Amino acid sequence: MTEGGGFLPIIAMLPFLGALLPGLMIRAGRNVCAVTTAMPTILALVMLAILAPSVFSGEVIEAEIAWLPALGLKASFFLDGLGLLFAGMILGVGLLITLYARFYLAGEDPMGVFYTYLLLFQGAMLGIVISDNILLLLIFWELTSLSSFLLIGYWKHLPEGRQGARMALAVTGGGGLAMIGGMLILGNIAGSYELTEILAETEAIQASDWYLPALILILLGTFTKSAQFPFHFWLPHAMAAPTPVSAYLHSATMVKAGVFLMARLWPVLAGTDAWFYIVATTGLVTMVIGALIALFKDDLKALLAFSTVSHLGLLTMLLGFGTPVAAGVAVFHIINHLTFKASLFMCAGIVDHEAHTRDIKRLGGLASLMPVTFAISTVAALSMAGIPLFNGFLSKELMLEEAAHTTWAGNPQIVGIVATIGALLSVAYSFRFVAHVFLGPVRDDYPHKPHDPPFGMYAAPALLAVLVVLIGVFPAATVEPLVNLTAGAVTGQEMHMHLKLWHGVTPALFMSVIAVVGGAILLGLHRPLDRLWIAMPRPEAKVIFDWIVRQAATVSGRIAEGTHNGAISRYLAIFTAATVVLGYLAWAGGGMAPATREMLPIPPVVGVGWVMLLGATLAVVVMHRNRFRALVLIGIIGLMISAGFVYMSAPDLALTQISVETVTIILLLLALHFMPKETPRESGPALRLRDAVIALGAGGGVAMLTYAFLRRDFSTISDFHLENSYSGGGGTNVVNVILVDFRGYDTFGEIIVLGIAGLTIYALMEALLAGPASRRLRNWDFSRDRSRDRHPLMMVVATRVMMPIAAVVGLYIFLRGHNQPGGGFVAGLVISIALLMQYMASGFAWTQGRQRIEYHSMIGSGVVIAGLTGVGAWFAGQPFLTSAFGYVHLPPIEEFELATAALFDLGVFLAVLGAVMLTLYSLSRIARYAGETVNIGPMDYDPSQPPEEMAREEAERREEEG
Amino acid sequence: MSHWIIAPVVLPALLAPLIAFVMRHDMLLARTASIAGTVALLVISIGLTGAALDGTVHVYRLGDWPAPFGIVLVLDRLSAMMVLVTAILALIALVHAVASGWDARGWHFHALFQFQLMGICGAFLTGDVFNLFVFFEVLLIASYGLMIHSGGKVRLRAGLQYVVMNLAGSTLFLFAVGTLYAVTGTLNIADLAVKVQEIPAEDAALLRVAAMLLMIVFAIKAALFPVQFWLPNTYANAPAPVAALFAIMTKVGAYAILRVHTVVFGPHVESLEGLPGDWLFPAAVVTVAVGAVGVLGARRLMPMLSFAVVGSMGTLMLAISAFTPDSALAALYYMLHSTFAAAALFLFADLLLSRRASGDLLHAAPQTIQNGLFAAIFFAAAIGMAGMPPLSGFLGKLLVLDALRDPAEIGWAWAAVLAGSLMTIVGFARAGSALFWKSTAIPDLDIAPGGAAAPLAPEVTPAGPLNVAPVMVAIALLALLSVAAGPVSSYLEATAGQLHDSSDYVDAVLHAPENETSKMETMGHGDDQDDGHGDETDEAGDDEHGDAEGAAAEEEAHDGAAGEGH
Repeated sequence: MTEGGGFLPIIAMLPFLGALLPGLMIRAGRNVCAVTTAMPTILALVMLAILAPSVFSGEVIEAEIAWLPALGLKASFFLDGLGLLFAGMILGVGLLITLYARFYLAGEDPMGVFYTYLLLFQGAMLGIVISDNILLLLIFWELTSLSSFLLIGYWKHLPEGRQGARMALAVTGGGGLAMIGGMLILGNIAGSYELTEILAETEAIQASDWYLPALILILLGTFTKSAQFPFHFWLPHAMAAPTPVSAYLHSATMVKAGVFLMARLWPVLAGTDAWFYIVATTGLVTMVIGALIALFKDDLKALLAFSTVSHLGLLTMLLGFGTPVAAGVAVFHIINHLTFKASLFMCAGIVDHEAHTRDIKRLGGLASLMPVTFAISTVAALSMAGIPLFNGFLSKELMLEEAAHTTWAGNPQIVGIVATIGALLSVAYSFRFVAHVFLGPVRDDYPHKPHDPPFGMYAAPALLAVLVVLIGVFPAATVEPLVNLTAGAVTGQEMHMHLKLWHGVTPALFMSVIAVVGGAILLGLHRPLDRLWIAMPRPEAKVIFDWIVRQAATVSGRIAEGTHNGAISRYLAIFTAATVVLGYLAWAGGGMAPATREMLPIPPVVGVGWVMLLGATLAVVVMHRNRFRALVLIGIIGLMISAGFVYMSAPDLALTQISVETVTIILLLLALHFMPKETPRESGPALRLRDAVIALGAGGGVAMLTYAFLRRDFSTISDFHLENSYSGGGGTNVVNVILVDFRGYDTFGEIIVLGIAGLTIYALMEALLAGPASRRLRNWDFSRDRSRDRHPLMMVVATRVMMPIAAVVGLYIFLRGHNQPGGGFVAGLVISIALLMQYMASGFAWTQGRQRIEYHSMIGSGVVIAGLTGVGAWFAGQPFLTSAFGYVHLPPIEEFELATAALFDLGVFLAVLGAVMLTLYSLSRIARYAGETVNIGPMDYDPSQPPEEMAREEAERREEEG
Repeated sequence: MSHWIIAPVVLPALLAPLIAFVMRHDMLLARTASIAGTVALLVISIGLTGAALDGTVHVYRLGDWPAPFGIVLVLDRLSAMMVLVTAILALIALVHAVASGWDARGWHFHALFQFQLMGICGAFLTGDVFNLFVFFEVLLIASYGLMIHSGGKVRLRAGLQYVVMNLAGSTLFLFAVGTLYAVTGTLNIADLAVKVQEIPAEDAALLRVAAMLLMIVFAIKAALFPVQFWLPNTYANAPAPVAALFAIMTKVGAYAILRVHTVVFGPHVESLEGLPGDWLFPAAVVTVAVGAVGVLGARRLMPMLSFAVVGSMGTLMLAISAFTPDSALAALYYMLHSTFAAAALFLFADLLLSRRASGDLLHAAPQTIQNGLFAAIFFAAAIGMAGMPPLSGFLGKLLVLDALRDPAEIGWAWAAVLAGSLMTIVGFARAGSALFWKSTAIPDLDIAPGGAAAPLAPEVTPAGPLNVAPVMVAIALLALLSVAAGPVSSYLEATAGQLHDSSDYVDAVLHAPENETSKMETMGHGDDQDDGHGDETDEAGDDEHGDAEGAAAEEEAHDGAAGEGH
């Protein structure tokens, strides 16, 4: 950090901090608000003034704060001549705009918001011009896009404001994104993101293969920002903003950011053919097109906007020439353009403010009504036209001089001629600004009777007009040191330009004369030319832009909505097909060792099972539209898989599979009751063919995969489990020990899944019954598939008999689980099957009345018991779920084992039972909604009761329902 | 290491049933418990991050079984950070849910929320692929419950897509795990890292399939093309606080790829020849495009935000796909950023839409009360999501671009990210303009002449400080990420380094330190049959002891089996 460097970050931050104030201070009144807004600007200007002498003495002031070293992003700033000039312009004009806006904004415009946006924008601009790190510069660059979006859209109720703001954001923001790419490449070539270091790497950068991509990407950013053809169209539409914004954005700041950056990077990027042909040509074309359109604009601000486009083109062209002198002229013109253009914008704003129109065709003759405004405007406009004694003349003369010396593609004249045409048009529209607004007869049809504004409003433009004359007459005394300093900073070499009024008789003088005379003639012919212009078909950039955006949005919307329309079968088809293809490609890229296992012989029993499995699977495919049938077939598949487990000596898996199968099929049957019994045919033959191909591919893929790894020998961690099951887990049933001990944590997770499923089903059912589905259910006619004997005697008796047996079996399976096939999971399922049967036999309400434990709590206590069992290990200083077991011998019975794992298993048992029963509960609630009657007795026809009693009960039941 | 590592799983796992089954009749009680639990989770996760800060890899051996035979939890910088992010996000989403009353619009919100946290934390902490599957199930089923919270036809339909697609993914997960187990015989991540490297290229076909299938599984969670289709509808129709919490759900998929496909299937595995990255890259490019197209073309706010999430996942996966330490750093930073950016947007959407008469259609409608406030929040959140300065998205984008410098990738990657950003910016600008600016041009019905027009929705209340606080905090976090990018990135740099140099991870998991008395050292060891583990899991001195004990145990085991117990 050099001396005084500490000021730089403060200067950069001041406007942002200041932006917090206006929103609050507006509560103290508009004047206080304006003064508060001016404060940070003044403060920053003072600091800049303190630093200025050192900069003039050739020092470069630097400051650096670490930010994101991994990226090379630092909050580093530096101030040299170029930065000083721009920072001064931004702050100085910012101050004038603050003053002007105080008087310009109407009472209903929220002033606090305006000033906040203004300061945000000012901060972003300041950041650009004093950033050393180019990534930091990018940040400020994008911030200008965002804050200008807010400023341009300030009058949010006006469609022009909104559209202009969006257009500006899209174009400049888009350019900014391109520039990100360019800057990253540039930094990569130079090996640093610090401008001060990049600027020393000219040769490396220009020799790099990446020079052209970097150049193009960066220029995309600067051209969009500085409104160069063909990106010029956003600028005039940004004029929908309040005039102070236009004056600020389009004279001193936003649009100059692109020019600034081209000047900043001039030493490393300029001088190549690519630079010359891209930059100079674009600038030249922009200059002429902008000037031509400006001439025919009737809106005062639009005229000025296109004139700005034209002048930006001029600056771009000068920088594009690539010679130090041209760059110096560009610097000089930047200053001049600022003074006359800001002044003109403010005058246009005054006219608009007073006459309530900016349409040139409705104005004229204002000279006598608004003499002060007329005087200021005339001075500024003449400078814009390039008339001697005003500063615009000096820089335009120098520009023409440079243009005359430039050869374009072997042609030495063309640049000079085209530049002269541009100058000529510029004279024409400048004269028009004065002649058609202020001169001519006073009219009596102004929308509002115009008169000069209060002093506060014309103070700023007047001050600028004074500068126009001062620089125009005494260039050497006023701005020459600054121009030389800045030009030196741009070009990286000492500059000794001598600015003076009279250069002698040079080609540029002739070109100037031609331009002035030609411009005057053109203005004289304006009326017929205007008619011709209006009659001529011209491409309207805004229409094209809007069309592109709208089309892009429409097409995008169609693509996005069309592909994400909720067609779950397509999603799954894409997923499956992609998986098969990618899986195959992955497979094909690697080798396979030959199979190490022999094929086993197929015993006839297994063969039969296999055929049944395949047959059932095929049958599901064929008959899946009949849902009950499909369910039965799925049951067969499940049973065959269980049989497979038995055959492979996996009794635990078989037990689990069978009980899971039973429970799920029963629950599915119950659920199907409330659904259509047939699946409608929804896809045509082509779709079904597609699905068939994908399904066969996926099935084939899985089969191949399974086949491949079944024929390989491999060692697994299961050996360890077999080994340590008894010694470490206290059980001989390895599967159970794995479930409750080795991988008890997985089981813990899985019972929670079951518990959540129970909760979700319950919540889902509640939501369904609260919604339109409940109405559908109420109107559902079940009578045709309802049995006359819903609770048959035989079934009731059988399930009652089975109940204790099943309970004992469940208990047995639970207790033996640790050493023999079984365990809490299977036990839970067995008991729940027994309970399910009771419910099926006697109906939900009857059964529910006879059980005391709530299912919600059963799941909860299951999860909590399992969890607490795990936590218990902590008290023994062991990790979660560490098991402990011991053998207890109580005299009357055999020695038996007590294991914490059993407690865990109890949790599993309860959670499983609770989840199944809660699901059943949810289904039966739906049934009651659907109008199922609630039975009070255990069965519909109870032979133990006399028939009269039955009838009475029936009556009671009806009563209750009614 | 203390038991704190498992606290992020056990705490919500025990709290959730209590909320569901003990406190379900009193909303205040449930809210208090849920918020208290989440605050506790936040405190714990801060502590865990502190513990991981010095680069130590903490291993928690469940059931006191040695790795790779039991399940381990692993706390390193990455998992600690993910748990911390989850806790912060959860608290934001939860406060919003309580303040907006979303939690009372259906059943069991808080219980499902806690279960969801358990699932997410479990997935981040586990060091075992099968256990990861279990926690995928936990968070899937819990998130389904949350997603359809309070019901409604459209939401239930979207929920079906969500759950069906993710169940298909779970099925594939089982295939993938099966294949992986068949190839390596283990499912412990550290052990896999060792085993996978031993497989020669001539026999890598199955391994490659396993790597690819796992990647597809994770890609479903991360909403990567071509398996992203479920996301827009799901997020657009989920309750707002749930959609905000879901911001971390996609990150679970991204995390899994980052973890598994770096440590196990990383670029150092020669037989894979960089397979995961080669396929991840084009998928990510298309995902960015899908997101951008969706944002630009959206006609409703909620789908627009959802597509923005898709796009951000694409950018994130682009960074991951390079599988270098630099790109991992970029990915992690972007992951932090996009999590809070998405949350901020969804919470904002809820604030707005619950006060807007015409739902989430992106057209001009009479302005809401607090138009200015909502506009400001949207502006900030959209800046965050679109990756504009000064919020962290811009830095994240720079980091991602900076990390993708492979000449083969740079063109596509940069074009996708930059053009995607432009489309996102334009989309958001159009939306904001329609929602907030254009609406000011519509005459306020309240002040219509004659007072004939009734107020639009009399029950609409202005958003109070508690309503706005969560979204403000999310945006403030984006700003903080940006300002504190230096310290954050240095943590992430270390994290990425730890991820790519997995030797510490493998060592810590497979080699129990001296002072940790594992069950096996006292009672036996089954390594003698296992060719791979013998020399890794055991100190040389222990071998004899272990073998002797192991043999004894084996005898006993046979005894037990033969005699059917004692």
